[in-house]
Amino acid sequence: MIRVVLPAHLRRLAHVTGEVQVDVIGPVSQRSVLDALEARYPMLRGTIRDQDTSARRAFIRFFACEEDLSHEQPDAPLPDAVAAGTEPYLIVGAMAGG
Amino acid sequence: MNGVRVLVGTRKGAFVLTADGKRDQWEVSGPHFAGWEIYHVAGSPAHQDRLYASQCSGWSGQVIQRSDDGGATWQPVGNRFSYEGTPGTHQWYDGTPHPWEFERVWHLEPALDDPDTVYAGVEDAGLFRTSDGGETWQELPGLRGHGSGASWQPGAGGMCLHTIILDPVRTERMFAAISAAGAFRSDDAGQTWRPVNRGLQSEGIPDPDAEVGHCVHRIAMHPSRPEVLYMQKHWDVMRSDDAGESWREISGDLPTDFGFPISVHAHEPETVYVVPITSDSEHFPPDGRLRVYRSRTGGDEWEPLTRGLPQQHCYVNVLRDAMAVDQLDECGIYFGTTGGQVYASADAGDSWAPIVRDLPAVLSVEVQTLP
Repeated sequence: MIRVVLPAHLRRLAHVTGEVQVDVIGPVSQRSVLDALEARYPMLRGTIRDQDTSARRAFIRFFACEEDLSHEQPDAPLPDAVAAGTEPYLIVGAMAGG
Repeated sequence: MNGVRVLVGTRKGAFVLTADGKRDQWEVSGPHFAGWEIYHVAGSPAHQDRLYASQCSGWSGQVIQRSDDGGATWQPVGNRFSYEGTPGTHQWYDGTPHPWEFERVWHLEPALDDPDTVYAGVEDAGLFRTSDGGETWQELPGLRGHGSGASWQPGAGGMCLHTIILDPVRTERMFAAISAAGAFRSDDAGQTWRPVNRGLQSEGIPDPDAEVGHCVHRIAMHPSRPEVLYMQKHWDVMRSDDAGESWREISGDLPTDFGFPISVHAHEPETVYVVPITSDSEHFPPDGRLRVYRSRTGGDEWEPLTRGLPQQHCYVNVLRDAMAVDQLDECGIYFGTTGGQVYASADAGDSWAPIVRDLPAVLSVEVQTLP
């Protein structure tokens, strides 16, 4: 079970509060976690990464275990603590005003 | 008793304002989608409780929401807007080629006869259509690809397709307007398009009467006379009596002919409303006085409507999609401001009162007339 923390505006869109949990079959990578997240919450498609290219949206960041994983390869393994469910995978709206 | 439902899109959410036919006591619902920009909320003419909203943010892009119960509850539907084929380029502000990139949906125009069919005008300028209630969207590429697309340039607000008008008589005919490309017409339900800008003069482009390149801000039509169009251009208020084949200026005695919205009275096709704004660099009313101007002669002769509107120290703007009329016997007029006020007139503009005063900046106002 992978723990995922969404930014507030996406929690509202997905009609969830707090962390969400997704199951990933096979290697636990950013791509597989996001695939599982979008499968469970289809309204999030396009709001985190581009639906055609899968590129991360410019003002979305990915953190875990106090590291910024935003520029890691999407198929690189996530930290063991994320795969084990002891640490969450954080999807963060970049700090910006407005 | 008849009533109205005013659909308001703002910088930080949507609001639904409802009243009975007197239009003097209002219920305010919202914010819906708090924190998101709501460029437009529109109701289906074929099903009053079917609403669509364009929701977007700089972080998470475009979402389309649909309501089947008049805005009480909403559900996200499809948000994939992919241009047909290889998108190519248009001109950037500096005149260099710039790839076509989807940014947001500016305007939603539900079909007149089918609640599941909606047209979407987007930035970078393109026209999309859904026929399954918003689950999937397909581009009508004949507009972007008709030949002049590579020369289109964005206006200050982006290269947006902001106006879609469906002809209720010649049902294969539709109009679209793009800032800053101009007005376009299709006579085959959106498959092919051609520019309809003859008569427009724009000093901000190298050839002032070019076929395309004009910064059209808004076009309005009365459904009983679909060949008559009214246009608020960047500068100039214009009129066409031949479905866009030619235009003539009707700015007449307006204090300034710069502005954004333009609307037509529900029952008087020659009664037109605009909100003059000082200039392209001073986006507020002249002299700090918020005045709607009404022409009962189809243009040229205008009267200021001021009763109930602030007549000093007012420096708000009224954006292009932020004015609408209801269909009640005594026509109601509504507009929202960048200062967060939504004003209503239940007597065709003679007097005004705020429905709400302190919303986020208003991007759009639509009105549904309820049985």
